[in-house]
Amino acid sequence: MCLALPMKLIKNNGITGIAELGGLQREIGLQLLENVNVGDYIIVHAGYAIQKLDLIEASKTIALFESMGYPHEIHR
Amino acid sequence: MVNKYSKITLAHGSGGKLTHELINQIFLPHFKNDVLSQLHDSAILQLNGETLAFTTDSYVVKPLFFPGGDIGKLAISGTVNDLSVVGAKPLCLSVGFIIEEGFDISMLERIVTSMKDTASIAGINIVTGDTKVVDSGSADGLFINTCGIGTIAYKTSLSISNIEPGDKIIINGTIGDHGLAVISERESLDFNPPIESDCAPLNEMIQKLINSGANIKFMRDPTRGGLATTLNEIVNMEKYGILVDEKNIPIKDDVRALCEILGYDPLYIANEGKVVIVASSSDTYKILDILRKDSFGKDAEIIGAIVNEPKGKVYLKTVIGGTRVLDMLVGDQLPRIC
Amino acid sequence: MKYIDEFRNENTAISLSKNIASLAKGHDTITIMEVCGSHTMSVYKYGLKKLLPQNIRLLSGPGCPVCVTPVSYIDTAISILHKYTNNGANNNNITIATFGDLMKVPGSYSSLENEKSKGAHVAVVYSTLDALRLAKRHPERCVIFMAIGFETTAPTVAASVIEAEKRGLKNYFLLTSHKIMPPVMKSLLNSRELNINGFLCPAHVSTIIGSKPYEFIARDYNITCVIAGFEPLDILYGIYMLLEQIIKKEPCVNIQYSRVVKPEGNPTALALLDKIFEPYDAEWRGMGVIPESGLKLKSRYERFDALTLMQNKSEIRNLKSEIKGCMCGDILRGVKTPNECKLFRKVCNPEHPVGACMVSSEGTCAAYYKYGE
Repeated sequence: MCLALPMKLIKNNGITGIAELGGLQREIGLQLLENVNVGDYIIVHAGYAIQKLDLIEASKTIALFESMGYPHEIHR
Repeated sequence: MVNKYSKITLAHGSGGKLTHELINQIFLPHFKNDVLSQLHDSAILQLNGETLAFTTDSYVVKPLFFPGGDIGKLAISGTVNDLSVVGAKPLCLSVGFIIEEGFDISMLERIVTSMKDTASIAGINIVTGDTKVVDSGSADGLFINTCGIGTIAYKTSLSISNIEPGDKIIINGTIGDHGLAVISERESLDFNPPIESDCAPLNEMIQKLINSGANIKFMRDPTRGGLATTLNEIVNMEKYGILVDEKNIPIKDDVRALCEILGYDPLYIANEGKVVIVASSSDTYKILDILRKDSFGKDAEIIGAIVNEPKGKVYLKTVIGGTRVLDMLVGDQLPRIC
Repeated sequence: MKYIDEFRNENTAISLSKNIASLAKGHDTITIMEVCGSHTMSVYKYGLKKLLPQNIRLLSGPGCPVCVTPVSYIDTAISILHKYTNNGANNNNITIATFGDLMKVPGSYSSLENEKSKGAHVAVVYSTLDALRLAKRHPERCVIFMAIGFETTAPTVAASVIEAEKRGLKNYFLLTSHKIMPPVMKSLLNSRELNINGFLCPAHVSTIIGSKPYEFIARDYNITCVIAGFEPLDILYGIYMLLEQIIKKEPCVNIQYSRVVKPEGNPTALALLDKIFEPYDAEWRGMGVIPESGLKLKSRYERFDALTLMQNKSEIRNLKSEIKGCMCGDILRGVKTPNECKLFRKVCNPEHPVGACMVSSEGTCAAYYKYGE
């Protein structure tokens, strides 16, 4: 209800880390996720990572959008 | 429709709707005269055959120092720009200091040095001044008031009345830098590297435009209230409207990122080194060319046009091809989670 | 910006728009409720309504945490500030740390912004991490964090409690007013005032809770749900997916925002919520009390409750709970639109908001006002 954006994790200090978007960096909390690694894209809400971005699903969604043509050509 | 306030609120100073209401309902009716009612950034006066521009401004920014500038640099740049956007060549400024008892003198000197440096870039002098000291707690450290005088050599006056459908709207660079720099510093938002204010005197860049003979109809600097508010001021009560293309509005990556994270709309954030130019479409590329060769104009873009419909309104074509109304700033923006 | 801009592509938006129009053609009006305020704002911000056919109606729901927070919540915070004031607001040792969203929300006699302008210590923060930092730096002050928000935000508050406990911070408190989504959706469906064909479910609440909590809606009420992201292409495709199921009369719960939302949600966050909070019957502004719809601190963590700073309820000053003529409740339930409220624009506007729907940046009335409905 909730602003949250994909940011890249560039440092992992255990409980907290540093995430980056558009060249901007900020300390964030990692307490809500397990197995987060530097280089992962994480969804950040109110300064905490709430989920890892699934890059495969992201690519699938982007590909689906790119394949959109005219009516009746939506592939699922 | 209008709410009657009995007390001034912070929103009355934000540059948006309430500021305009205050001017229209309190100041204009009492001070009424033809010069004031133009509500230009600077008053245009005729004196012994010369056309002069005369402006005043007050600087109450908190914090006093922020990435890319300080209250002093802001004071000089802001006043110089108010003169420049009406087509004037700034001549000189006055500066009045209202200083809180207990203010650090070395900090005052830092600010004054910054003012000297900015005045030097602008090529102007501070020729008179005033100093007052007030009780501790009355002035947030330091307030600065300025006055500026300039001469207008330009034959055709810049005026909103010159604007007609078909004219293009140009901005000299990226939006949102100043407001975010100040807010980040004030609220300790801890995003790194800090965003820098774009605070700068634009007189030389604007003078080049004027000297080129390009058909410029009107100019204004989009300070408090942001670009959206300035565009609304241009169309307010007029027989034309504005259509802006969101894709063409220049914005830095870090400014965009911070706006996304905090839920700010960059169109409503203050700028202190920007000018909005309305010009004849035939001279658009000439103007862009001059701007882009200047250090304060390298990111200049054509962002929109004056249109027949909708009258008196500003519409934004969004990045995905939708449209929405762009109103004047109402209240203040705050960082949000929602 | 990577993984953001790809979901704001103009050509794809136009394409999706044509597909939606084609699918919706010839059908009676289809009403979709976007439960979440962030969906409402995104629809307006990108001008999405212009890309939808006339027979698709979008209705805003109660998913705006500020809008549904009772007036008494703000009154309570201000009462605590006033209780600890000696010789004027500058002298007390309370710091209120809040998300920006709450600053201008009117209580029954004041607001946090108003109190701040009178000298009270009110700090706008982006995260509970900032509130914890304030508490650590100022051991002489009681830092009270205004803990609002749905299931997306509550885990971040829960994490701050664990951290405060670990660091032995005795001056960190919460004034809680967390709400959860599925119960209010159930309440709306039971009220029978609502006539909708589908729900566009919130992206980030669902990131935490997953898709299972919505299954009762499809199963027991035959209404389709799609969990959609907040980017414009996510919303458009989410609407397309809803249309498909509505037309086929096959209600189900689907995830459009699959790159983030898993059916099981975020188990770590859910476990943390369960550790710190428990459900209670919460009051929703304009909607009354909804069973099991709020989260309060478990008794083990009671010492973090800011209410412990007040000896008893009589210390809390609260003038009245609803302002006459304010239609926020009906608007939140999707029963009325802002234009039907007599106060809208004339008396209630962003500079002078009467109800939270206007002052909240996500509120339906604020959106209607700003985007010129």
